[in-house]
Amino acid sequence: MRNKVRIRLLILLLAALHAVVLFAGFFAPYDAKEQDRNLPYAPPTRLHFTGATGFHFRPFVYAEVSDSDGYREDRTREYPLRLFVKGSSYSLLGLFKPDLHLIGVDDPARIMLLGADAFGRDEFSRLLVGGQISLAAGLLATLLTLATAAVVGTVSGLYGGWIDESLMGVSELFLSLPWLYFLLGVRAFLPLHVSPVGTFLLLIGVIGLIGWARPARLVRGVVLSARTRNYIAAARGFGGSDLYLLRRHILPETFGVLLTQAALLVPLYVAAEATLSFFGLGVSEPVPSWGNMLAALQHYSVLVSYGWLLAPAAALVVTSVIYGMLADALHPRRS
Amino acid sequence: MKAIARLTLVVCLCAAMSMASAPAPQPVSQGEELARVDSATGRYGGRLVVGQRSEPKTLNPVTATDAVSREVFERLHADLIEINRATQKTESALAKSWKMSPDGRTFTLKLRKGIRFSDGHPFDADDVVFTFTVYLDEAVSSPQRDLLLIDGKPLTISKLDQYTVRFSLPRPYAAAERLFDSFAILPRHILEKPYHEGKFLQAWPLNAPPTEVVGLGPFRVKQYWPGQRILLERNPYYWKADRENHRLPYLDELVFLFVGTEDAQVMRFEAGETDLINRLSSENYALLSKEQSTTRSQLADLGPSLEYNFLVFNQNDLAGKKLDGIARKQAWFQDQKFRQAVSAAVDRDSIVKLVYGTRGSALWGNVGPGNKMWVNQSIPHPQRSPETARQLLKLAGFTWNASGQLLDRTGQPVEFSIATSTSNAQRMKMATLLQDDLSHLGMQVHVVPLDFRAMIDRVFQSFDYEAAIMGLGGGDADPNPEMNVWLSSGSTHLWRMNEAQPATAWEREIDQLMNEQMITLDYHKRKKLYDRVQQIISEQLPFIFLATPNILAGAKSEVGNFQPALLDHYTLWNVDQIYLRNTESAGVR
Repeated sequence: MRNKVRIRLLILLLAALHAVVLFAGFFAPYDAKEQDRNLPYAPPTRLHFTGATGFHFRPFVYAEVSDSDGYREDRTREYPLRLFVKGSSYSLLGLFKPDLHLIGVDDPARIMLLGADAFGRDEFSRLLVGGQISLAAGLLATLLTLATAAVVGTVSGLYGGWIDESLMGVSELFLSLPWLYFLLGVRAFLPLHVSPVGTFLLLIGVIGLIGWARPARLVRGVVLSARTRNYIAAARGFGGSDLYLLRRHILPETFGVLLTQAALLVPLYVAAEATLSFFGLGVSEPVPSWGNMLAALQHYSVLVSYGWLLAPAAALVVTSVIYGMLADALHPRRS
Repeated sequence: MKAIARLTLVVCLCAAMSMASAPAPQPVSQGEELARVDSATGRYGGRLVVGQRSEPKTLNPVTATDAVSREVFERLHADLIEINRATQKTESALAKSWKMSPDGRTFTLKLRKGIRFSDGHPFDADDVVFTFTVYLDEAVSSPQRDLLLIDGKPLTISKLDQYTVRFSLPRPYAAAERLFDSFAILPRHILEKPYHEGKFLQAWPLNAPPTEVVGLGPFRVKQYWPGQRILLERNPYYWKADRENHRLPYLDELVFLFVGTEDAQVMRFEAGETDLINRLSSENYALLSKEQSTTRSQLADLGPSLEYNFLVFNQNDLAGKKLDGIARKQAWFQDQKFRQAVSAAVDRDSIVKLVYGTRGSALWGNVGPGNKMWVNQSIPHPQRSPETARQLLKLAGFTWNASGQLLDRTGQPVEFSIATSTSNAQRMKMATLLQDDLSHLGMQVHVVPLDFRAMIDRVFQSFDYEAAIMGLGGGDADPNPEMNVWLSSGSTHLWRMNEAQPATAWEREIDQLMNEQMITLDYHKRKKLYDRVQQIISEQLPFIFLATPNILAGAKSEVGNFQPALLDHYTLWNVDQIYLRNTESAGVR
């Protein structure tokens, strides 16, 4: 019973995470591509409650000004945090073009909760919008993998014989591939001048088609054991076709395995997208993804000077931990 | 465990290395015509450690093509006449004096008497003749051979007596004495045999026995550890002395550590493992200047370099290349107004600020403010103006649709890609800024990061690119090394390679001007010709010039006579005069 609550809680958390990312345009105060060339590497904006005019329940910020040794707050004017402000327009689910943002401050102040990157772009907005690419890549690639795995595993388990042997042979080949190098190699062979959408789809294709081997073997195992059960033999005896048996009896058996695999694969694939983008092989500028945002940290001076740019790494960790806990809860270990 | 074992080994090695002493400088003898330097007098001893981005490929100065090898072997060899990196003027080196004939076609060089190679063998005119015979030999195919050809004809060299040589040029050549700077004089007694046996190309690999790698430079090879480091020791016979007639160099040893990347160079420097950093990015410079007091270092910002970074559009002849997509876009690229519009839209100040952290300069031509001798001051520096850009595009027949997209005459949206090399973070940043600048004009620009080799192949060979951000220059301040870029037949005529004929009238004019400045001996006349070249380039914009970084370098505070310069090699050019103020602490390291 306790486990069920845990699963619900985790699913709720995941739903919240995905919802925030899905409606990134609304939660992000700025356009992820908008450069403020006066604020490169601006540190995270501090929220204040007390200032020259005393204590406020509504937090406020100061405008950042740069001088010879970095940034300081211009304390002459306070800019209260506003809710539901009009700002740059963004695309919502590809259907609407609203311009309403959850939070914002008046110009010339900027609210950069996680600071700015090298081009003065708001890191927080980029983190949310970048999550769209990263999480969508993870989810879609997982779907692709599991669909492939389900088909291969079922066919293999159901028909056996040479079909089984050859399919499993191929899966062994895929299991023995050195992942990262293979991905780098595959990406290098693809055309270089492709649109961000094209790159994104390629990325999903490459990541998704490479990991099908392990879940396929698991599905095959389930199908194999299901096939020998008495009720299946009975159903077959009553004249049930292969398709009927699959739909009615065998596929439902594989459902649990696929779900657990999904919870394991999503964070893995989110990380795979980040790895490829980190090496400059994923979606390219100015579209953010967690991986290409982290690529800036390849430079030592950036890594040691601008800690807030590590935010996408934190987001990756959080996502992986939640999915990992969910996988654990879905498939409790028997002690 | 393995790491500890390795560390112990390194520590032992270092201890062993520091115990082995370098040879003492030979006492100065009567007949030796030493060169005197005028820098501050230093003290003998110590070892200078320099981090290098990668391992050199060879110690053979004739066949080397990479800059890293050059960094090392230039410390082992010397030239007849050298360019003083600080003053950018020529100075006597192995040739104590030279004379040009009035018609500018012959150079007579008097060599220093009584000086010796690093193995003690005396140096004379035979070595010089041998050296230039090798450099000019087609079978050796030295990358520097082209420099010795004028109008496709080689210069000739003859020995007048044991210490006099004469160079005859097929026609006058401006600033010809600057040429000698990059030709290392070879020891005939060592290399003549392999040369006659046809084995010259294999001579002097990195693992050659140190006794065989002989030169006239301030240092000679002591030991080489593949993949790790190369250790040089003092050349006890070196031909320069300080003000007090002490033979240079001051340093006992010079070590090049192969560390990999610029970031690794910085980390090693911070950790105190290296003493000197040759070229820093502005970000690393800012980082090191914050830690200046704790790392006890001296940093130098020398102002704008001679390098120029630019955007180039592919205007190559693509007939028979199966690149129809690119060929269609060339209608825009070949339109001067289109290029001018792009140039007007570029926010150069932001490039300087965001890419170089204000340690750089905006560029509007191929010669930047760092090259005071040759820059054309009258070239206009227009501020960024999207309005001007829009007007120019309108004049050229471009229109905008309802959503602000730029369309060409045929109604096609203007969309192209900019290739950059992943190995250069600064140019990648420029591409992102340009992408944003041009999006305000309604152009859709994709940034394509490419591996350096893939990029070079596309730009020089396959022409399978639309636009690219690249950098050139930085060798010498003189216009002559720029010939291969601006002559329509030049090997680096990037926007339109392999031209049989100049494709445009202005390219023809540049050809004439460049060829004329090459044979004009008077500086003011040459300057006038080169000013005109710069003017044509800034109007026609075969390259959209962006910015140039400052030369930034750093060294520990105990490094004396640290005088970095704008010309390559920025910090080690005067390594014979560099010394360590506190040699005891340097020795135990």
